[in-house]
Parts: sequence; structure tokens; C-alpha cells
Amino acid sequence: MSDTSIKPKPSQLPIEEIESAVIRFAGDSGDGIQLTGMQFTTTTAFAGNDLSTFPDFPAEIRAPVGTTAGVSGFQIQFSSRQVLTPGDAPDVFVAMNPAALKANVHDVKKGGMILVNKDTFNAGNLKKAGYAVNPLEDGSLSDFRVIPVELGRLTRNALDGMGLTATETERCKNFFALGMMYWLYDRPMEATLKWIETKFKKNPKYVSANHKALHAGNAYAETAEIFGHHFRVRKAPIEPGVYRNITGNEATALGVIAASSRSGRPLWYGSYPITPASDVLHELSKNKNFGVKTFQAEDEIAAVGSAIGAAFAGHLALTGTSGPGIALKAEAIGLAVMTELPLVILNVQRGGPSTGLPTKTEQADLFQALYGRNGECPVAVVAAATPGDCFTMAYEACRLAVKYMTPVFLLTDGYLANGSEPWLIPDASKLIPFEKVPLPPIGEFKLYKRDPETMARPWAAPGTPGYEHRLGGIEKQDITGNISYDPDNHERMVRLRAAKVNKIAQDIPPLEILGEKKGKVLLVGWGGTYGAITAAVQNLQKEGHSVSSVHLRHLNPLPADLGDILAGFEHVVVPELNMGQLLKILRAKYLVPATGINKIKGQPFKVSEIEAGVKSILKGGK
Amino acid sequence: MAAESDNEMEMLPAAGPIAQTVKDFKSDQMVRWCPGCGDFAILATVQKMLPTLNIPREKYVFVSGIGCSSRFPYYMNTYGFHTIHGRAPTIATGIKCSNPEMQVWVVTGDGDGLSIGGNHLIHALRRNVDLKILLFNNRIYGLTKGQYSPTSEIGKKTKSSPMGTIDTPINPIALALAAEASFVARAVDTDLPFLGEVLTRAAHHKGSVFIEIFQNCIVFNDGAFENVVAKDVRDEKMLKVIHGKPMIFGVQRDKGIVLNGLEPEVVAFDPANPPKGLLVHDEKAPTATLANLLGHMAEPVPQGIFRAIERPTLHELMDAQIDSAKQAKPADLQKLLNGPETWTVAA
Repeated sequence: MSDTSIKPKPSQLPIEEIESAVIRFAGDSGDGIQLTGMQFTTTTAFAGNDLSTFPDFPAEIRAPVGTTAGVSGFQIQFSSRQVLTPGDAPDVFVAMNPAALKANVHDVKKGGMILVNKDTFNAGNLKKAGYAVNPLEDGSLSDFRVIPVELGRLTRNALDGMGLTATETERCKNFFALGMMYWLYDRPMEATLKWIETKFKKNPKYVSANHKALHAGNAYAETAEIFGHHFRVRKAPIEPGVYRNITGNEATALGVIAASSRSGRPLWYGSYPITPASDVLHELSKNKNFGVKTFQAEDEIAAVGSAIGAAFAGHLALTGTSGPGIALKAEAIGLAVMTELPLVILNVQRGGPSTGLPTKTEQADLFQALYGRNGECPVAVVAAATPGDCFTMAYEACRLAVKYMTPVFLLTDGYLANGSEPWLIPDASKLIPFEKVPLPPIGEFKLYKRDPETMARPWAAPGTPGYEHRLGGIEKQDITGNISYDPDNHERMVRLRAAKVNKIAQDIPPLEILGEKKGKVLLVGWGGTYGAITAAVQNLQKEGHSVSSVHLRHLNPLPADLGDILAGFEHVVVPELNMGQLLKILRAKYLVPATGINKIKGQPFKVSEIEAGVKSILKGGK
Repeated sequence: MAAESDNEMEMLPAAGPIAQTVKDFKSDQMVRWCPGCGDFAILATVQKMLPTLNIPREKYVFVSGIGCSSRFPYYMNTYGFHTIHGRAPTIATGIKCSNPEMQVWVVTGDGDGLSIGGNHLIHALRRNVDLKILLFNNRIYGLTKGQYSPTSEIGKKTKSSPMGTIDTPINPIALALAAEASFVARAVDTDLPFLGEVLTRAAHHKGSVFIEIFQNCIVFNDGAFENVVAKDVRDEKMLKVIHGKPMIFGVQRDKGIVLNGLEPEVVAFDPANPPKGLLVHDEKAPTATLANLLGHMAEPVPQGIFRAIERPTLHELMDAQIDSAKQAKPADLQKLLNGPETWTVAA
């Protein structure tokens, strides 16, 4: 437990109270940008602000140094009010080199502050970044308040005489920059100092070097008076409780471990490394003490195959990947549908098609989840709305899979997976319990005889005497589960499988409507766009527009009350990071003339983009 | 709280002898292979062998892919899973590691196991998953009605190779050895007592078992192995390798195998005056050199157990890690949810 009462060093310079701030760090992928960002995040969380982060990094591990291809970024919005997104445009941007400046400057707020590492603005780096002239000298940055800082030289001076190599010294400059940002936002440094101690426990030289760099940056910002004044963002009115910072992938992993624990069924995770889902595999393999069995398979098909085997054997079974992996798993998912085994399939969506944009976010796999298999092959689909919600929906996916004996897709995305937010930690003992359905007596056991309430077939795990049976991918005879090629039986089974998945609607709570129940515009969102849509709707409502929103976390089946809600509005607008997938489903299912707001850039929505889209519709634009 | 299964999966194996007969292992499903198919003999041999193992039938699971041989699980009154093409080893891996008490058999063919599922086969073997993999090799695609398979001999004319195949065939034994299978054997669907012996040894082996069974497809590739397995030639054309025994064959047992440089050579064998350097089979040899030598031998064709070594199985290693993780750190879900750093927002 950390103390949030640690006071920053008193400063003589004036402090300006601000409500919220957006800052972005960017540099080479080897510059420690993600680490710097995470440190700022932890400190900000401890300071009691609400926050949201967005790490944005290249697919290459070490792209050519100094080029725009290798730029890694980390953005955070923090505030004394509720924060729903990492923010549209940074107020303060820290550029570690010319390439970082070039790749990001167009996003920075007009009048915003750009802190640049001046040392790196030499002829070689400028050329690599594609600058013909030094942007610090040609007036092209006149819209911004540019603060050039010789980060390299200042760090070298600060660490002089510590016996570090040039490279080791160079590696500390991100902490110098972080120290400056801590001063700028009046943040205590204790959490980061402590983190450094733990991280470099085995190398005291690095502890003192990084400590020194952080302090030096902080002191430099104050004594050199380079910012003039600094800012204070007060604590946000956050729901009381114990919090932690969590990314979507961490939350997903915790959600399935919790489901395993609460269901009393050991967890099997079959996976093949793939961006941006690999962190789930890492996270789960760290927690073997919960009986978690992680299996890094030879390929995506083996990963899902092993999970189907584990499900057959009575485990809570999960396979996780991103879109290209789902494409490979399609046939096996069909087998799980035919054999009606509980299987959770995690898709951390990324930009597609094909290899696409591995480290960028997109929502273009909804159709793949719903329809991407041969035959009439229904599966349940749920999607998480925020990083923390990945926990809730991962747990929900497991619960539905077991209760209804069906594969369930869990859709998250790169933005949720790597983004983080403060998370109100749930009470483990109060999670929804898993009901355990006893097997029918041996004499009455029929493999495909369904539970009247859920239509689930009995789950008799191998090893149980008297329940020996054969499962398989050939069409099943209703009730007995024997092979059947009978035409009428096939149609009956196709309809039964669909009806069973539709039954899940009885488990979906009523939708929460943000705003009035009737009005001009209803925004319908799903997945990781929740924050941007909600912030846009709140802004539009403040401006007096008749705008409401609902956010879907269950995509198949859809919530039972959705149709009635849609009917209450003149316009239904569906913002999606794809070409309009949910849009087509709503049009087809509810026959509403819905309109899309679509973005396919591998980047999340900006709040302003959604606001602009809605306003154009309100004005009678499309 | 640790995730523990509390039900049927934890049952202990029965202590005393179990009264099970062949009948107990026959399901009520009609067997639908072509009359005269070699699969019948293999099925009967397996059903005859299982009651001798003293394991209750609910502890067996038969897993298959797609192909004629893959219908096998439907005919066994045990647990069974007829999966998808080539993927049986993956599903079997999940079953075995989730419930190590199950004895898991995989039934596959040359198309299923060596073509579409080749990758899964080698990985299951190298991981030493405790699976008994039976590969029915008939050197043809039967269920799709007669295309060449990865074990078809080069030049073979089939429906999809009217001018003869141009693909070099896979050597299943060499592949299994290269994949570090801990048990590699070959048997024939017409020598059932010997097949039964090999299957019994396989059942008792702990680790990845791979058995190539020469199996005759009477419709699309009849007589594929006739030149070596036919009753009138097999003693001359095949060599039964038995651990610790010299490699002797022939109706009169008058031929032996010696090494000539790095190559095996057939020489005359006279018990009164045995040839120098007569090879003696060693299935437990720490390296696979001898097994590989046998695996590549074409004349005579060896059958029997090429290699049977002991090494830890995947589920044992997996469980050992879980046990040590549990000992190092008790499973406390709330602690896990809390993570390394928390802060409290006061009311």
C-alpha cells in the first residue's frame, strides 16, 4: 500500500490549478518510453487522479534508430474528473529525437508545449527523420511552445564521476526527462524512486544513477525555471475503494484465473505467441500456483486443439490469439460448436487483414467471430469496453461457456490490451458463482439430452464410470449424440444449436442508457470505443444536444431490450473502428436506417471525431 | 483458493483385477469399414488386448482425426473423440495433460498423421506426451477414394497422379525417431499375435508411443505390402527385432545382419559358426543410431520395437512445475487481484 500523502518539494514558482492534462512521451523504441510512461502513470494514480493511457509502439523490436518507423509513444490523460480516454491531443509532448517529433507533432494541441531533446537534433538524426531543415530553427513549430533541453548533456553532467559507460549514462536520460515532468505537474517522486530500487536491486550503481538522473531533472526544471510555472491536478472524485493500475491483457488473465478458481475447474490456456495477445500467455504462465496449465503450442491450431481436449476432459479451457490466429482456428472452433464443449476463444484484435498492423488497434474481427466458419456455426460473442472491463468480460465468457456448454468469443483489442486505467479491485469472494449441474443418473444419461433451461448437454468428463461416450465432428443425432446423416435431424440440430446460443439472452442484464431513453440520436458502440463514445456523448449533452448512447458487451446474442431502445431515437449512429460491422448487423436485425462513424487507421477514436460525426448527422448531413 | 477438480476425474485406478472382456470394449455402433479392410483386424486386436491391462474402460480415451482409420473411436465402448483432420494429437495432448489418469490412444493414418497433421505429430512426440499413437499406413487416401498419400511410393499411379507421383515418400519410422519419440515400433495387420505384443508393450510404456502399422486398403491399394507381409514371403522379407536378441531372420533362420561400414548387410547365419559382428538389438540405446539404421532398412523390412526409452512426460513436467509453484506461493486469489501496488481512495 502506498501513501498518497507524500508532499512534493515546495517550490517558489507559481502553481496553476488545472482540471486535466494530456501528455505524450515519444522516442526510439529503445529509449525506455513505455517504462517512462508507466512510471508517470503509477505516480499519477497514487496522486489520486483518474487516468487513461495509450501505449503506441512499432511492430519492430528495434526498428532503425532515429527513423520514424522506430518511434514508440505513450500517452496519458489524467484529471480531477472522470477520465474516459487517453485524450485527443497532447498538451505537453516530450520528443526524445527528431523522428519522434516528426511522427507526433501533428497531434499536439495548438499552443501546447513541446519539450525536445535538443542534443539529438543533429544533421544525421534530422536526415534520418526526413527533415531537410532543423524544425527548431525554421519557424515551423511556431504554433507551439517549444522547450529545447539538452537531455543528453545534462544527464551526463549529473552522472559525471559515477563510473558509468557512455551507453549506461545515455540510458538514464529518460529518468531526467521524467524528473522534469514530475516537477511540471507537481508530482511526488517516491513511487518511482522505490521502483528503481526494486528494479535494479542487483546493481546498486544503476539505482544511484537513475535516482540521480530523476532528481537532477526535477531540480533542473525548477531552478532553470524553464517552464515558468507548474500545474496541479487535484484528486478526482473516484468511487471509494482499493485500486490498482491494470492493462486489458492483465485484466483478461486475472478474469480467467478468477473464473477457474470460482468454478473449481483448473484452467487450460493453449496459445501460440502473437501480438498483441502474448502478454496474456505471459501473465497466465506466471500464475501456475493457481493450477493454471499454460501450453505454448506448435501453432494456432494445436493451441485451440489442446484447449478442446482440455474442455472434453473437464477443464476450464481457453485459447487466445489475435485475428490471424482465429483464422487458423476456425475449423477447430466448428468442432467445439458441433461437440458443444465449453471453450473460451480470446481475440485481442489488431489491424488487418493478413499480418496487417500487428501493434495497432482495430475492431474489424466482429464478423470473423460471428461468421468465420463453415456451416451454420453459432457461437456466443462478448466484448470488453475498457481495460478493467476485460476482467469482467473474461469472467463472463467463462461463465457463459460452462453454463451453456458452448464456445464463447471474447473480443478485446490492442488498445484495451496495452492501455491501462485505475481499477477498483473486486472482492474475490463476491464474484458470481458458477453453478455446477450434476450429471443425470447413469441409466438416463443421453449425450445430447438438453437442460430445459439452458439447452446445455451434460458434460461427462472422461474417467467417469458409466458415462463412456464418443464425441465427434460428424452431425449428431438429437438426444443420443450418435452419428446421423438424416436430413430432418440435421435441420433440427442446426436450429437447436442456434437456439441454444440465443438462450444466452436471458442471462444479459438490461442495457444502461447514457442519457434520455428517447431522443434524436442514439450512439451504439461495442468494445474498446466505450471511452471515446461516452466522453463525446457527455460533451454533446453538455452542449444541449439530444444524444444518448448504449454500449454493447454482448454481441451474440444481442441484449433482448436493444430493439426497443433503438426504436426510441430518430437516428441510430454506430461508431466503429472498421467499415461498419455492427452497423450492418443492426440494420439487418432491426431494420433501422443506422449510420456509421468509421475509422480504420489503426488508432483509437478521438473524442472530437465522434462529436464531429454526430454533429454532422444532427445538422442533417448524412 | 486453488483451482481443484473435486469430481470424477480424481478417481484412483482400481486396485484388484477387473472383470472386463472383449465385449466390454465393443460399442453398439455398426463397424462401417469395407469388407476385408485391414482395420478390422487391428480393431479386434486392440479390443482383445485392453482387457488384459486391468484398467477400467472409463479410463481409456481413443482420439482420432479424419480418414478411414479415424472412425475407430466409434467402435470402442470407451471415451472417444473423433476430431478434425490431422489434429488428433493436439486434442489428445489437452486430454492427457488435463487428466493424466486417462490412457490416451490416438488413431491416425498416413494422410491424417503425416500430411495434414505432420506438424502436430512431431511436436507431440518430441514433447513426450504420454499418448499411444497408432498410424495405420496403407499408402493411399481411402476415404476420399484413392489419391496418393505421403507414404505412396514414387511413381505410383492414382486418381490424382495418372502419370505417377513425383513426391518422395516420408519414412514414418525415421520421422518419429527424428522427433524424439520415446517409443517407436512397426507391426503388420496380418500378424496379429505380434501386433498384440507390440500394442501391449505400448500400453505399458510411459511417454510418446508411435507405431506404424502396415494396413491393407483392399479397395484402393490392395496388396500394398504384399511383397513383404504375405505369409509365404514374410519370414524372408521381414526381420523381427527383439531387445537383446541377435538380428536373425529367414524361414530357416539362416540370415543375419552385420554392419558393413555404416550400412547394414545381410550375411549367412550359421548358429554353429555365427558371423562376426552380428547385430544385437538394443531398443534402450541412449542414442537413436541403431534405431535409425533399422528405420531405413528396406531389405529385410524390420518390425518390432525400434526404440523404447524412458524420459519425463509432458504431463509430469507440467504437474511438477505447478506443484513447485504452489509450494513457493500459495494461491490467494484476492492477493493476485490486488497485484503489486494498490492505493486507497477514501470515502
